[in-house]
This record gives sequence, structure tokens and C-alpha cells, in this order.
Amino acid sequence: MLAHLTVAELAEKLQKKEVSAREAALAALEQIEALDRKIKAYITVTADEALAAADAVDARRSKGEKLGPLAGVPMALKDNLCTKGVPTTCASKLLENFIPPYDATVVERLRQAGAVMLGKTNLDEFAMGSSTENSAFFTTRNPWDTARVPGGSSGGSAAAVAADEAYFALGTDTGGSIRQPAAFCGVVGLKPTYGRVSRFGAVAFASSLDQIGPMTKDVRDCALVLNVIAGLDERDSTSADVEVSDYTAFLEEDIRRMKLGIPKEYFAAGVNSEVKAAVRKAIDLLVSLGAEAEEISLPHTEYGIPVYYLIAPAEASSNLARFDGVRYGFRAEADNLLDMYRKTRSQGLGSEVKRRIMLGTYALSSGYYDAYYLKAQKVRTLIKNDFDRAFAKYDVLVTPTTPTVAFQVGSVSDLLTMYLNDILTIGANLAGLPAVSVPCGFAGGLPVGLQFIGKPFAEGTILRAAYAYEQNSGLRKSKPPIAAGGERHE
Amino acid sequence: MKITQEEVAHVAMLARLELNAGEMEEIAGQLNDILEYVDKLNRLDTTDVPPTMHVLPLANVFREDEPRPCLSREEVLANAPEAEDGMFRIPPVIE
Amino acid sequence: MSKYETVIGLEVHVELSTKTKIFCSCPTDFGSAPNTNVCPICLGMPGTLPVLNRKAVEYAIKAALALNCHVPSYAKFDRKNYFYPDLPKAYQISQYDLPLAVHGYLEIECDGVKRRIGINRVHLEEDAGKLVHSEFGDYSLADYNRGGVPLIEIVTEPDLRSPAEAKAFLEKLKSIMLYTGVSDVKMEEGSLRCDANISLRPVGADYFGVRTEIKNMNSFRAVQRGLEYEEQRHLEILSAGGELVQETRRWDEDKGVTYAMRSKEEAEDYRYFPDPDLVPVIVDEAWVEEIRKSLPEMPEERRQRYMAEWGLSSYDAEVITASKAMADFFEAVMADYHDAKTAANWMMGEIAKHLNAAGIEINESRLTPAHLLELLKLVDEGTISGTIAKTVFAEVFESGKMPAEIVREKGLVQITDEGAIAAIVDQVIKDNPKPVADYREGKAKAIGFLVGQVMKLSRGKANPELANRLLRERLDSQLD
Repeated sequence: MLAHLTVAELAEKLQKKEVSAREAALAALEQIEALDRKIKAYITVTADEALAAADAVDARRSKGEKLGPLAGVPMALKDNLCTKGVPTTCASKLLENFIPPYDATVVERLRQAGAVMLGKTNLDEFAMGSSTENSAFFTTRNPWDTARVPGGSSGGSAAAVAADEAYFALGTDTGGSIRQPAAFCGVVGLKPTYGRVSRFGAVAFASSLDQIGPMTKDVRDCALVLNVIAGLDERDSTSADVEVSDYTAFLEEDIRRMKLGIPKEYFAAGVNSEVKAAVRKAIDLLVSLGAEAEEISLPHTEYGIPVYYLIAPAEASSNLARFDGVRYGFRAEADNLLDMYRKTRSQGLGSEVKRRIMLGTYALSSGYYDAYYLKAQKVRTLIKNDFDRAFAKYDVLVTPTTPTVAFQVGSVSDLLTMYLNDILTIGANLAGLPAVSVPCGFAGGLPVGLQFIGKPFAEGTILRAAYAYEQNSGLRKSKPPIAAGGERHE
Repeated sequence: MKITQEEVAHVAMLARLELNAGEMEEIAGQLNDILEYVDKLNRLDTTDVPPTMHVLPLANVFREDEPRPCLSREEVLANAPEAEDGMFRIPPVIE
Repeated sequence: MSKYETVIGLEVHVELSTKTKIFCSCPTDFGSAPNTNVCPICLGMPGTLPVLNRKAVEYAIKAALALNCHVPSYAKFDRKNYFYPDLPKAYQISQYDLPLAVHGYLEIECDGVKRRIGINRVHLEEDAGKLVHSEFGDYSLADYNRGGVPLIEIVTEPDLRSPAEAKAFLEKLKSIMLYTGVSDVKMEEGSLRCDANISLRPVGADYFGVRTEIKNMNSFRAVQRGLEYEEQRHLEILSAGGELVQETRRWDEDKGVTYAMRSKEEAEDYRYFPDPDLVPVIVDEAWVEEIRKSLPEMPEERRQRYMAEWGLSSYDAEVITASKAMADFFEAVMADYHDAKTAANWMMGEIAKHLNAAGIEINESRLTPAHLLELLKLVDEGTISGTIAKTVFAEVFESGKMPAEIVREKGLVQITDEGAIAAIVDQVIKDNPKPVADYREGKAKAIGFLVGQVMKLSRGKANPELANRLLRERLDSQLD
């Protein structure tokens, strides 16, 4: 079945004209039609536009024009990435009707490369959450068990890729929002180095932590997509002027004598023992392939959550202040300005978003800035120093991606328990490091994620390690039963 | 209690959020839980530690002073909740 | 005022005349139709990011250097968070604790006293949009064309001691900004805006009194008047043993009073923090020097040069160099002219008079150096008299026509023919027996009246020296 193909496989067939872009798009749209009532990965499906774009690719190919590397490959975009002429809601009531007059830089680059947009995927409102339960519209379901969450905030993108409702997708990752849902849904998810991918057009949550990254069926696809989206962008002052290599070129290199650091704090209590076992097994496999693994310490790991939950809300409180009902988005009825502001924001924003805005506003407010925001930025330095020290000796750090597998929808009500979900992914955001999650087996029938963290701009190295693992684990392209047959229902 | 309901009300005003009494109490409780939790940062002495405002050592990123096309008026106002005379209409602002 | 000393500090915002906005590529043109110079970035649309305009940084540094500031090597941008409908992101990108420039000064002269006024800081920030209020106050409209135009904020030390000094400071500042070319400094277009802080304290005190901040002063004169009003109000309260409230007051130009602004719903808390979307600006010595080299000759240097090179008096040189446009005009004239004093007299006399009456700057008028040059030469060659020259100038100023053309059209060429003037002189002597008699009785002053009559009869065209000589010859000879 066409929808099962990876990006690399599909691109090859498209190139050889064994399939058309229209057929590829139709296969994905059929999969959406068949499964998305259950999975609810998409907020918006742009079927007509997708087919028109696919036809345009086919027409150009038949004329023998030179096409981009992803020409005719259908994709899904997280709905916090701006798409010209297509609603970009951030899963918020406040932006339900917002149609940007511009494309995010990544969207522009993907279109340039010939990728075909299928639609926009669900997320926790403004990317604040770990389950998509904070979406103002609906909760996306994990294709491996629809009673469970797909993770978040890029849960829609992860579920869409896992269920073959898209050949690949983009997510955004502020504290683990690509890697955690990738782990929960059994797909590959990469958060690039801060500055590797332009943030222009990604609706900001926490500007100093946000990165856009690929969510794919395998590691090769991840490299292919990163090739297209990475690189300097004059519209993002924080994007780095660092050369973009062909990341697929790293994949075939072996990992002999690669030095793996295994931070003990990432295997502490609170990490599910089955998850730990799967990750230990994965590390053994890497060692059997010639890598050298040593236990190390990142002593400030436990401070990651408090640092994150001060910095991210502080930045968010400022970033989300523009949603004031004046120029776009939802506006509540009111006869004076102050009421208009307060009613618009109170009615338009969900409770988790409001909570974080409150926390962030407090952390920045007069008299508390030094105690909270500045203190957090200082501890962030200590966390970064831990990584710097580790990377002086090791090439890659290997950890579980999440403490647990996907949990039941509605099962986590305690705020701090929910926040602790991010404990293993947050470090890479705070230090700006690249990190990728790849499937490494199952616990209780649910996917477990293996995380590789690398030095700044060493995406090639972590992809190489992830690829070596994936090629030898026998787990590549494990399908959730719901997607396996296309129309098999439980 | 680290944060009083009065402070919650003040912060809500700064953030232009309208919270009813129930929400106010709930959020006050939750903020207190979180603030208690983040208190563990005070175990660390950070006197001589510089803050990390940017993870990348970037500086001097500039644009040249060259005009580029703007949006059309139609595009500018397409998302406006209310518009009049090419401008965004809003409830009265008293100065 | 003997018991109290007035302490004034100013916060001046100057719009920089870059072609594009500070963080996006929209043009900064003044007077465009509402919301036509805007893009997703300056509208604060989600996902958009700021990228700093290099020229804005250079202009800010240039202005700061002209104000004798120190430019630290490291500056950053911060977000100033507050909700207002003219502020699309609900934060203004500004500079909080590490501005582009600090510790400068400006020397001013007021009532013959020279004083050095400290500049605390110069920082770079973005302007807000504009709000228009409906006739019945039932709604407002927002236009974001001005949003994102680069501004520098210049904060003085509390060194000014009178409202007149505040006005003198602003005039000097305007002149300096025009000299550097970083702004067109048009208060009526809002490209220079000023808020003031004022307090009174007992003479000799080393502390500050309770201050009030005054806003909405839309001209230099308004700044002086607003401060004078506030100074008097403070004095009355203090003299009556009352207590002042620290507050912000709004100047009402029509009523000539200030009144307390409606107190905000809450205390201001801008929650400044470093903007994560922008990276620091590192200004090395080389860059500062490069900008310093691009600074034009400043008024003081020019004044010295005019005195040395052309022998102008200190006063004349100062008046002419006060405005860069005037000084540039003057220099263009002097490139082809020999008599600096005469040219200076024209600049400070007729030209200044007409410009003042029209309320414009010389570069906004039709007048060019070529006009004045030709006019001066017509006088020097004796083609027209000095009096006629003034008439011709008025028309040049009005129409932009060349002086020679006007002289030709109107037949204003001076009468230098002795016979023609002699005939007029005879007529005047005949028509004015009384002054003639006065003169002959030794009242020398009467000759002035008679010359005037000759000029009048010749409709100003008679050569005055010739008229004078012929009159004396006639009157004196008939005396014998």
C-alpha cells in the first residue's frame, strides 16, 4: 500500500514515474478518510489544494523539469506553522479563524522542494502540553491504542505519521514536543540545534527554546527532511550561519569507537522499568556495533523542570500578549478597551495557556524577576555547562526519551506529574542541543523512544547513531495495527 | 503560600485576563504548587553564574535599509475583527 | 523664585530617517494612507520575527556621538510589555539596562549664559502606531504605518534649571540632529517628541523635590509654556506649605494648563526582559570611529571656521550655523562671492524674515543660493539699489524666479543717468520749500527727507548716492 512508504521510498518511485504525485496524495487522503475519525490527527485537511499541488508536480515532471528532492511527497504540518491562505489555529479558539498572509520559512522551503501539504495537525493549544488534551478542539488518539494520548504537543503530527496519514510531518519542540510524541507513537522525531532551522512563521511559545523539526517514519527520512528545512534564514536573527551538510551522507558511516555517554540521572526513579530495560537493551546493541558506552553524570538534570517552567512561561506570557482581539483572531464583545482585552483573552484562551501566562507574568513582574526569571536563566547556564563537560569527552548522549509510555486519555490530572513528562527532553532545549528520538521496542505493547543528544550542529552524528541502531534493531517501520491493513479496525 | 489571591488578581490584570473567583482560587493554588516546586533552584548558589539568554554566541545580525513590498490593505484587514476606513476598529480608547 | 531652584530633565524621542522600519522592510514614509506601510512583522502577526536595521543602529550611534556620548561595546534589546492598541505585539522592543550610548552632554546658551547639560543615555527602540478617535468617542481606529519606525530616546540628566533652558536645549538638539542628518526633526509630524520632568527644591539643597512628568507638549514653545505653568504650580503649592503628588500630567495647549492624567488601573509594571528574538549588538572601536568620521562638521566647528575664514563676527557666525540648512546655503553662496558680511546680513535679515513669516526652513523654500548670488551681484554692479533688491527678493521668495528676470520684467533697473536724476532733484527742491529752507538754515538732517522724496518720485530706481550728491550740489550752490 502506497501510504505505508517512507519518504525515500516514495520519492524514488515518483522519480522513476512508477507512481504519480496525485496517487501518492490520494493514498494519504484515503488513509485520512479511513482513520482520522478515530485518530483525529488533523485540524484542517486541504484535500483540494493537495491534489492541485500534486498535479502541478506531475505536470512539471512530465515536462522533464528539474524538481526538488521532495517533489510530490505529501506532508502534514503542525497547526502552529503559518501557511499562507490556510487557517493556522494553534489549536486555540483565539486563532480559530486566523488565515496568515505568509508562509513560515520551513513551509516555503518544503513547497520549494516540491512537498505537497495535506493539512494541519492537532496540538496542545499554542504547543503547551504533552498530550494534545489541551487542544481547544479535540484530543488526538494514539494509533497504537486509541484510548491513549499520542503525546504532545506535536501529537497530531506524530499520530498522522504513525498511522500513515502523512508520509512525514513537521512538529515544533520547546521542551520535548517533537520527541515525546514521536516516542509515544513509535516514529522518529528530531529537534535540531537551536538556530539550525528558522523559526520564522512558527507561532512562538518560548522563543529561546522553540525549534521546528521533522517527524518521520524512519531515520533516513528525517535526514532528507532536515536537508530541506535547515539553514540560515535572513528573517530569523537567531538562525545560525552554519553550513548545511547532506545529512543522509552521515547515515552509512559506522559507529565504531563512537563514544556514548549514558547520563545516570536519566535512568532515575520515576522512569518506568520496562522503558529503562528497552533503552538498556538498545545501548547494548549499539555497543555490539562497536560504540563505547560509559555512564556519566549530568548533575543539574533535576533542575531542568523548574528552570523550564519559569523560562518558557515567562517568554510565552510576552509572546502571547499580541492575541488581544485588535488585529486578527477572536474578539469578545465589550464596550470598552480593557473589557475587550480581558474578555477576549479569557474566552479565547484555554486554562493551561492562561495558567502559564499567569506564571510567566508573575516570574517577570516587578520584584520577582531576579528571584525567578533571572535565577532560572542562571541555572540554565549550569545545565548547559553539564552538557559542555560531557561533550568534551563523549560524542553522543543516549537516554530514554520519556519516563513512561503513552498514558490513557484523561488519566493525568496532576499538573506537576504532567510537567514531569518532559524531564528527559527538556535538557536539550535548555542547552540548545540537537536530539532525536527513535523507536526502541515496546513496553506493554506501546512504543518506547530512545533519545540521542548531540553537540551543537552535530545532527549528522546523532542521525548516524540513530540510523545504525534502527538498521540493526529490526524495529524499522513497525506499524500500529490500526494502520497496518489500511482498513483494519479493532 | 507564596502568592496571595490579591497578587493573582494583580498578575491577571497585567496579563489582561479576567478570572472569576473560582478560577482565581484554582490558579492561586496551582501557582503556589509550581512556585513551591521551583523553589528547589534556591539550593544552588548562582552568585557568579552568568545567565544564558541565548544558547548561541550570535551578535550583530542586521538587515540592510532597503524597502520591500508591504501587504495590500486587503490582506492587512482580512483577519480584522472590525475595520473602518482602512483601519482596525476597536472599542474607545480614552486618553 | 528666590527660595526655590527649578530642576528639569527631558526625555526626547527622535524618529530616525531611515528608509525602512527598525525591524522590518516596510517604508517609513510619512503621510501614507492608513495601514499601507505595514507587513506581518510590524502588525505583530503570529510567528513573525524582528531583524534589526543596520542603518538605524548607525544613525543612533551617530546621533549619540554628536551628543558627546560614550558608546559601550555591548548593547542588547529588551521587551517592554504593556497592552495598548497602538502596540501590535503588546510589547515594545526597546533597550533597558544596556543602551547603545551613555554619558554625553550638550552645551547650550540661554540668556547669555553657557551651560553643559548631561545626557544620561541614548537608546534605540521602535515607534508605536497611531490611534484616531471617533467624533463621539464611541470607538477608535488603529493605523500601524508608524509602528516600527526607528526612534532614539534621549534622556537628559536633571541639569536644566529653567523652562527657557529646556527650550534652548531642544533647539540646540534639533540643530544637532539636523546637522548629523539622522532625522528631519519635524515636531508637527511627530518626528521629535518631548516629555519633561520638573521639580522644585530649596536653593542649595542636595536632594530633589517631588517631581511631575508632563506629556503632550507638541512644540518647543509648548514645552516652555508647560514647564512654566508647572513651575508656577509647584511654587504656589510649596509656598503655601502644601505637598506635591508625584504624577503624570497632560499639557492642554488651548487652555494653557496641565491636568493630572486619569490614574492607571494599576501601577505600571513593564516586565522588561531581554528579547530572545534579537541578538546583542557589539560595537567595536573601529565601527565607532568609522561612524565618527562620517559625522559632518558640527555647528561649533563651523562657527569657528566662519570667523577665521571669512571674518564674520562671533554673533553672525553663530546665528548662521544654528541651522545646518542655513549654513549650507551660506557656504554655497560664499563659494562664488567675496563679501561674507553682506551675504550674512542677507541671511539674517531678509531671508530669515521671510522664512519666519512663512514658518518654513530654508531647504523647504524655493530659494536657492543661485538666487541670492544673482541678487547680490545685481546690487554690486549697481543695476538695482539695495532698496529695490528687497522688493525683488520678496518676489524671488514668492515665485522662485531669478532676480534678473524680475528686474527686467518690472523695469527696476537703477537710474544712473545724471541728467535724469537732476531733473527729479530739481522737481523735489521746487516741491519742498520748507525742508529746503530747513537745510539751508543748517538742519543737516533735512537732506534725508529730500533724498527720500527723490527715491519716491523715481519709484526707488534712482541711484541713492547720485541723488544725494546732486541734491547737495544744488542746495549748496544756490546757497552761495
